Amino acid sequence: MPAQSLRFLCPNGHLGFAPLKTDSFYRGVATRPDFILADSGSDDIGPGPLGSDTSTSPRAWQRHDLEHMLLASRKLGVPMIIGSAGDTGANSRVDLYVAMIREIAREHGLAPFRIGWFYSEVDAAVVRERMARGEAITGLDGRPDLTLEELDATDRIVAVAGIHPYRALLDRGAEVIIGGRSSDSVIFAAPAIRSGFPDALSYYLGKVLECASFNAEPYGGKETVIGEITMDDVKVTALHPAQRCTVASVAGHAMYERSNPYFEHVAGGRLDMTTCRYEQYDEKTTRITGPTFAASDGVRVKLEGAGKVGERFVGFVGIRDPYTVAHVDDVIDWARQQVRERFGDEGYELHYQVYGRNGVMGEMDPLKDRAGHEVGVMVFGVAPTRAMAEEVAMTGTRQMFYARLPDVKGTAGGVAFPLDEVVPASPAYRWTLNHTMRVDDPLDLFPLHLDEVRP
Amino acid sequence: MSAGKPETLGDLAKTVRSKNAGVDKITFDIIFRERATYERVKRSGAVTKRSVAALYGISEERISDFVTFDPAFAIKFTIYRTRPSGSPGDADIFGAQQYAPLLDLEVPDA
Repeated sequence: MPAQSLRFLCPNGHLGFAPLKTDSFYRGVATRPDFILADSGSDDIGPGPLGSDTSTSPRAWQRHDLEHMLLASRKLGVPMIIGSAGDTGANSRVDLYVAMIREIAREHGLAPFRIGWFYSEVDAAVVRERMARGEAITGLDGRPDLTLEELDATDRIVAVAGIHPYRALLDRGAEVIIGGRSSDSVIFAAPAIRSGFPDALSYYLGKVLECASFNAEPYGGKETVIGEITMDDVKVTALHPAQRCTVASVAGHAMYERSNPYFEHVAGGRLDMTTCRYEQYDEKTTRITGPTFAASDGVRVKLEGAGKVGERFVGFVGIRDPYTVAHVDDVIDWARQQVRERFGDEGYELHYQVYGRNGVMGEMDPLKDRAGHEVGVMVFGVAPTRAMAEEVAMTGTRQMFYARLPDVKGTAGGVAFPLDEVVPASPAYRWTLNHTMRVDDPLDLFPLHLDEVRP
Repeated sequence: MSAGKPETLGDLAKTVRSKNAGVDKITFDIIFRERATYERVKRSGAVTKRSVAALYGISEERISDFVTFDPAFAIKFTIYRTRPSGSPGDADIFGAQQYAPLLDLEVPDA
């Protein structure tokens, strides 16, 4: 006999990026939810962490949230599920979280429990072999299909899991799950579907909960929300005393970070929110009915890949002379030319951002012809070696000082240096893969592991 | 309301924001507090695929989606980036500061 309803507690929309707020979390824990869950990943953070196999979130904040969630879930005896471990869901991030769970369990002397985890990294050789067989690795968002050249430029690939590995680990008795890269919504959808609730409501539940209190108003992140699923509806409730889940906030959240508010694609199908109905259920709760889900023919899994572009150094200059401000593009052209004379046309990248004019928006800024009375120019040199990147950035920065503007009054130096040097930045990466690949079995790319955590 | 200067989206909208939609797109949300304002802005024709393309100086082909979303009293559109987020030369990894010009978009009285 399936449960009449299940309740899902979500304290954080991106575990680790900033710590969960404990007050609303423990208000939620006191209501005895059936699951405690949080997604921990995002491709918003740029390609660097995936490419360099690091987290952008500090370890202390990751541990903070894992500790609160683990202790609460073990105390209640309910499953805890984390998706896309450590920002990227790469294998090293899954291992990191599994190790933290073991460490926290040991420190607190927790009774034994079963931990399940799965990996999401895909070896480039697997993708290469598919391509050799003539299979298309299909581009998303206007990208062409994957080429061998782009694959060769890739350092790390993760596949984005659907509900399948989570469901399989729950079937095997996992009480704590640390997931590799996966769609945000599936950590919620997997247990709901497994318990017999409709696919459409289950995926919608995941969609509405995955960012925690971003679905509530007034705006305030990292507060806990709770979602309840029945055979007929999803209800979502804010737990912070001053926050409410309103029709406006919940419907508004459906749009967040997505190109279209009506559709959500996951491995295995598409959630359609076109026919969703929203109603205020009580003061802090909105009730949603009516989403639909269309299962796809076969499963295509999304692949995310990042590749290193080069080492990177950064310089900065300020300009105050109004004539030089008006001719800053000529100053930049001069410096670029000096870099070209030293390094040629290719084999490095040199970028300028003119803050105080259009540093933030570039060509899209309608006010790009209206510079302020002073501007700051950031200079980025990217090259295969640190030494070369430093020299590219240094030449591109210092030569601005010597730009030859015909009518400039100041002839003792064209720009102001707040620093004498250029400074090392993180290496530059780029997103090389935003594609999908066909899989025969949705578990193929996601090896499962299970172990017992003992004191 | 004083005659003369028309109201802008900044005056009328509750929320105007931009954010990554995946690694290759930036999406823009314009959300109104009440239905009347939302309907008025829609009727005015001030916010269309064409008008936002003109505002940002981009071709309409760069706009992948343009929808109105009644449950949230919202107008939403999405553009392709010229390079993926976080690539060298990208100044806005999250795409979070690209909405500002919308604030000044004038909405004529309907």
